[in-house]
Amino acid sequence: MAVSQLIGARVQRREDPRLITGHGRFIEDHTLPGLTHMAVVRSPHPHARVLGIDASAATALPGVLAVFTAVDFHRILSGTMPVTPSFAPEKKYVPGRFPIADQEVCFQGEPVAVVVATDRYQAADAVDLVHVTYAPLPAVVDPEVALRPDSAKAHVDGPDNIGWDMTYDGGDIEAAFAKAEIRVTERILQQRLAPTAMETRGVMASYSPYDEQLTVWLSSQNPHFIRLFVSGAMGIPESRVRGVSPDVGGGFGSKISPYPEDYLVPAASKLLGRPVRWIETRTESIMTTIHGRGQVFTAEAAALRDGTLLGLRLTQVLDLGAYHGTFGAFQACACLMAGGVYRWEAIQARTIGVLTNKVPTDPYRGAGRPEGTHLCERMVDRVAQELGMDPVEIRRKNFAREFPFMNNFGLTYDSGNYDGTLDRALELSDYQGWRRRQEEARGQGRLVGIGVSTWVEICGLGPSQPTAAATGGIALVEAAQIRFLPSGSVAAYVGTHAHGQGHDTTFSQIIADTLGVPLDAVDLRHGDTAEGPSFGYGTYGSRSLAVGGMALLTASNQILDKARRLAAHLLEAAPDDLEFTAGAFSVKGNPQASKTIQEVAFAAYGAGLPEGMEQGLEAVSHFDPPNFVWPFGAHICVVEVDRETGAVEIQSYTAVDDCGNVINPMIVEGQLHGGIAQSVAQALFEEVVYDHESGQLVTATMLDYLVPTINEMPVPTLDRTVTPSPTNSLGVKGIGEAGTIAASAAVINAVCDALGPLGIHHVDMPASPDRIWQLMQEARR
Amino acid sequence: MQTPAPFEYEHASSVDEALALLERHGPETRLVAGGHSLLPMMKLRLARPERLVDVNDLTDLAYVRREGDQIAIGALTRHAQLASSPLLASLYPIFQDAERVIADPVVRNRGTIGGSLCQGDPAEDLSAVVATLGGSLKIRSRTGERVVAARDFYLGPYETQVGPAEMVTEVVIPIRPGAGSAYEKVERRPGDWAIAAVGCFLTVSGGVIADCGIGLAAVGAPGLPALEAEAALRGRPAGEEAYAAAAQMAAAHCRPQTDQRGPAEYKRDLVAELTRRALRRAAARVMAGGA
Repeated sequence: MAVSQLIGARVQRREDPRLITGHGRFIEDHTLPGLTHMAVVRSPHPHARVLGIDASAATALPGVLAVFTAVDFHRILSGTMPVTPSFAPEKKYVPGRFPIADQEVCFQGEPVAVVVATDRYQAADAVDLVHVTYAPLPAVVDPEVALRPDSAKAHVDGPDNIGWDMTYDGGDIEAAFAKAEIRVTERILQQRLAPTAMETRGVMASYSPYDEQLTVWLSSQNPHFIRLFVSGAMGIPESRVRGVSPDVGGGFGSKISPYPEDYLVPAASKLLGRPVRWIETRTESIMTTIHGRGQVFTAEAAALRDGTLLGLRLTQVLDLGAYHGTFGAFQACACLMAGGVYRWEAIQARTIGVLTNKVPTDPYRGAGRPEGTHLCERMVDRVAQELGMDPVEIRRKNFAREFPFMNNFGLTYDSGNYDGTLDRALELSDYQGWRRRQEEARGQGRLVGIGVSTWVEICGLGPSQPTAAATGGIALVEAAQIRFLPSGSVAAYVGTHAHGQGHDTTFSQIIADTLGVPLDAVDLRHGDTAEGPSFGYGTYGSRSLAVGGMALLTASNQILDKARRLAAHLLEAAPDDLEFTAGAFSVKGNPQASKTIQEVAFAAYGAGLPEGMEQGLEAVSHFDPPNFVWPFGAHICVVEVDRETGAVEIQSYTAVDDCGNVINPMIVEGQLHGGIAQSVAQALFEEVVYDHESGQLVTATMLDYLVPTINEMPVPTLDRTVTPSPTNSLGVKGIGEAGTIAASAAVINAVCDALGPLGIHHVDMPASPDRIWQLMQEARR
Repeated sequence: MQTPAPFEYEHASSVDEALALLERHGPETRLVAGGHSLLPMMKLRLARPERLVDVNDLTDLAYVRREGDQIAIGALTRHAQLASSPLLASLYPIFQDAERVIADPVVRNRGTIGGSLCQGDPAEDLSAVVATLGGSLKIRSRTGERVVAARDFYLGPYETQVGPAEMVTEVVIPIRPGAGSAYEKVERRPGDWAIAAVGCFLTVSGGVIADCGIGLAAVGAPGLPALEAEAALRGRPAGEEAYAAAAQMAAAHCRPQTDQRGPAEYKRDLVAELTRRALRRAAARVMAGGA
């Protein structure tokens, strides 16, 4: 690599001037001549038979072009929506899902018809006039109820509600528990969350019948995968379908899997012969975009009296919703990561995926790792509490310290220094000082608590073998293409997708440093399947830098190899006698004899190349990482709980994280701010609520679904340690999900620490004032 | 984007014009000022007025001024103006307390006191503040003006004394020299409806509570006055004993409902605690004011 100037620098985000001045181009900013507008008629029932659809009043409304139902779409679309093996390859029951309901609706918000009109208001008015006759069926809302033999079934024709039921054995659990001197058990809820990206979903499609070309613009984290699925369902060769995901206003995992509208909008365009656009409303977003979490854990931990952890036994009941999410079983990775940063003799984890009459769950920022971390960090704190040990001491006693470290399920943590992040976090947060202030506060009857979360995650998806098995075929490697144009500017294409991550900046830093060109000479492109490598793998699982960044690096290095050979030819020297510094090749010992990379690029398009060398200066590279990457850190939160009102106030939040080498510290900090905010949101505010009797979504607007604002967020104090990853030559790990994985446990451990003197040992999320008040009332009895 | 049902839109440049439009177009016509309650309901199609009459240009209704022994507040006065009014800050800091916990700056820049009071939301803060202070509302129609006490203004949730061809033009608050006042609220998150909120004012003479008012939000009717608690306070020495008695009374007589924000018993308990806290703060302000 060239001498690094940009890698590691706090380069301001290049994309921001455009985005913050309103010049972003999201789906709703795209239009086409003759564009029509689609709105969706959705089931108001969680479970019902569809007896009939009368669209006559709707079609009579001015501006309405068509009302389509399942009957129409079956003419255009075949098959069912995809479900991957992920971490639960042996599934018991997978109900088939067609993008639009036919005879039976299985969750509130499931599409039953679509209206296409010449403007969006007319389409919305017509939705109100489509009369669907339903015969309500018994619905099941609670996943634990759904497991009972006498439960209502989420699908009338299903055998039961069990999507999967499998157990991961990590060591001899009976032997570990046999040695136990103490055992603690806990039941821990992971409430359903709505991802609530700032840009809701949206799809615009244009089908051209004569050349059978389909273009789909959609707000997606991975347009190549959506192209694969949609071309298959419509029977159009993949090469004739173009997927474009331009600026995307946030995803958080909710824009990975294909959605019904991803199929319905292109199919409607084909049926109608006109371009069609659909933009999701906020209520549709909360109701029909995937939910995250939605799990109930029961866990038992075994330990020795000196704090040595022995065994962990747990069951994850995962609320699938009405259908398997395409990557729904990824969330079972909570089981594989339940051991956290500690040495355990054995872990046994059973995961049960349960169908209910609710919108499907699927990966949401962290996807299984926040749940695993929350569970592990709560259980370790519970053991410490039973033993009267400081939560810091029990962590130190059990940290993994030798790397690579293989966990109980055979996953290999590449590098780590858990004492390093914890030591720095203790110092930075003034942990001992807070412990003293906590004692003083308790003397005054005030409830102050300090919570620690030492976390690790698996990310950087991923090595080809396990990820191809998880998707059922396609390995989640990454592809990049880099082209030097004759004038010396650089066009770089990558198969990841940025929707807030700042790739335009960080990736360009890597390319500019490696190729020795100015940052401004690099044009980074992604999100259009018509450009760049044949397939892109998208952005999720904190993978973009460790996999996509590496693909760009390897492509850059391939270009440098060719450029070096060409420069040597131009300078009449041997390639090995050249050195490459500051964007120029020069002959060692004769710096006057030199060619800039731009001169070499221009020459590459001319005549007189070396024997056997083709014109042009470009490269395509796929990077297949040898392992996942394993970032880690220590978060410390201080809260005060109001003894009378139950309100929680965060007094201090400190995070010391380690994601290996850092390309751009400012972007790392931004990711942590956002990640911590999203996890504090889970800990204290957000919860998707369905009425348990009626199955109706109660939190269907932003008035009821409490996304916190900047007012409620602590300003975290951040620092870093650097333990490079040995998995890739950049030495980098992921950071996009870190804050979300770490923070809920720190906050809830702090709340539990505050309430400990009242005899309260566990608080579920969100730790809302009324929930804490009720726990305090029960404790007083 | 959420799409409201079709509606007509008109613009009024005077109170008389607004009233004429209301009369001409009938009961499915709604006035819109800040629009922060009405427009979200329209976008969700929970409200479907046939016509909106925009009164944002009636800037002569945007004022906070002293008129003799009263404060007059124009109906189009925005939350932000209430929050920054030196007159209110000196005479009734309860307004600032409440404004600090009403929604967010964007809403406070647009939302008006008239719109807030006329919405009739049981959890609305200014309804509780005006009821606490025993204020009244001027209601105009084409034929004249009437004055209704804030405590009689609400017929029920989302229901007020304002007829289809009437509009509130002014809110009047009596000045009580030396009064202390305060507002206390617990909410799950700013911008959410209150779980419970309590406003109060006190005047103290020779250590004894001479006059007082207590208004509750989110635990019954809009601007629910805690009449029993007020009676329990009057004539009693200011202090913890009196506050505790009033807190018990307020808690016993409010009418909270169990919902997403918590069980009714929690809200009752909150009313007691917030009444205590509000009375303490109001009393401290009385003392600071030198009464």
